[in-house]
Amino acid sequence: MSLLRELYQEVILDHNKAPRNFRRMENATRRVDGYNPLCGDHYTVYVKLENDRIVDVSFEGAGCAISKASASVMSTLVKGRTINEAEELFHNFHRLVMGEKEGEDDIEKLGKLAAFAGVSEFPARVKCASLAWHTLHAAVKSDTATVSTE
Amino acid sequence: MTTEPATVAAPSFHDILRIAGCRHHFPLLRQLVNGKPLVYFDNAATSQKPQVVIDAMVKYYETENSNIHRGVHYLSERATQAYERVRAKVKAFVNAEDQREIIFVRGTTEAINLVAHSFGKIHVHPGDEILVSAMEHHSNIVPWQILCEERDATLKVIPMNDRGELLMDEYERLLSDRTRIVAVTHVSNALGTINPVKDIVAKAHARGIPVLVDGAQAVPHMHVDVRDLDCDFYAFSAHKMFGPTGVGILYGKRRWLEAMPPYQGGGDMIKSVTFEKTIYNDLPYKFEAGTPNIGGGIGLGAAIDYLHELDLGGVQQLEHDLLAYATEKILTIPGVRIIGTAAQKAAVLSFTMEGIHPHDIGTILDVEGVAIRTGHHCAQPVMQFFGVPATARASFAFYNTKEEVDAFIKALHKVIEVLG
Repeated sequence: MSLLRELYQEVILDHNKAPRNFRRMENATRRVDGYNPLCGDHYTVYVKLENDRIVDVSFEGAGCAISKASASVMSTLVKGRTINEAEELFHNFHRLVMGEKEGEDDIEKLGKLAAFAGVSEFPARVKCASLAWHTLHAAVKSDTATVSTE
Repeated sequence: MTTEPATVAAPSFHDILRIAGCRHHFPLLRQLVNGKPLVYFDNAATSQKPQVVIDAMVKYYETENSNIHRGVHYLSERATQAYERVRAKVKAFVNAEDQREIIFVRGTTEAINLVAHSFGKIHVHPGDEILVSAMEHHSNIVPWQILCEERDATLKVIPMNDRGELLMDEYERLLSDRTRIVAVTHVSNALGTINPVKDIVAKAHARGIPVLVDGAQAVPHMHVDVRDLDCDFYAFSAHKMFGPTGVGILYGKRRWLEAMPPYQGGGDMIKSVTFEKTIYNDLPYKFEAGTPNIGGGIGLGAAIDYLHELDLGGVQQLEHDLLAYATEKILTIPGVRIIGTAAQKAAVLSFTMEGIHPHDIGTILDVEGVAIRTGHHCAQPVMQFFGVPATARASFAFYNTKEEVDAFIKALHKVIEVLG
């Protein structure tokens, strides 16, 4: 059970059951669809930008517990941040789920994201955890309307 | 409705016991996964291989490896004979009339692509129709879509009911003067439905329309007799019937194959080549360009011998019992919905759990040592029909046991414990 509890930590279970910022945004600056064809996870991420700051972010869609919790936690962390700060979080998150070892300081810096450390033990689930982040990245950095994990 | 396959004498209790005892022939099954005994319930994706198949391939590479249909030397002769003996075994396995009707390819997918390409080239024209069913694997949809696009033809779809059974009345209505070929699966990989293929063929033939059957999920579970079915093409893969990956078979009636142009050009498929004109080889070699997977073919031969000794009638009975047992047990778990409840079903149990994504089910089961498939099973239209993004699928083989089903059910309770 410990391996499972490491993956499905309380933070993840909570955000899966009650996802934050789980809504459509009518006046979004950008909306991008993210899709994982392997398992059918499908989310739309909305962002409202003012200059280079993400003043609001939300998402809707459906997928597994890992992908939904990740999207939810992401939305709470990047709201109010600049694009560059959000990109740095994505970078840290990506290293975490890929199992690239972080020092104690880094773990502290990750805050709630640290709940996703267990994902690195499940290579097949890395894409689930990263889907919303890739979609956000596309929303703030590029012009594509759809991103896919494949 | 026709009951398929034609049943032979019911297997005795003794036979069932003997078949169940064959589990120890599969070395891979003797391992722990995450510290738990492996429960392998992903047989519809690929089956495990008995020791005799592994040994046959090792022996081939250790003692016989050589290119076939080419050299005059000793090894080439031996390899050629061994490979052609497999063709004879396949012919007997599906009861084809003639060895030349057995074409070796890479897998079911390539077999279907071959027919779509070569049959389509001479028989499908603008305004024509191709008929597939609502429960096809992508490999029996996309090749026909590509053909339809190329030839300006239309793809039509036989609908199904919410149990996952084809609507035969609708099927008959869809057969038209423009239908050039019907392509249907014998057994659905996503639902387990066994389709009334013999009836489907008869109805198409009444209008002079040929039928291709995707047999990938049927051959490991039941006797297939292509002459009894009277199908025009039958495609299947070695790796789902306890043989190696990378080998598939296309059975085709000679009169179709003779008239069809080659699929790929290269060595072995020619009689003579000049820069002006190439004379193609006779069947089956016309469709077998390049050096084939000889070692894999040898493995397929061993798998057929193995199945022959095992007795497919007994296998079918044993798997039927396992499916019934698993179905009964899984329905005691709250929130479980079985996707695919056809009256005639092979050993496939597709399901969803309320509020829990199949991917999470798959991960938790894996930690418990239980290997199942989760996702769309390369049958996205089926998922769309049932209004689910994906399902979890347990698929059984004769070497699975009721104790393994119990472990699977216990693991499903753990899913609820973690995520419910």
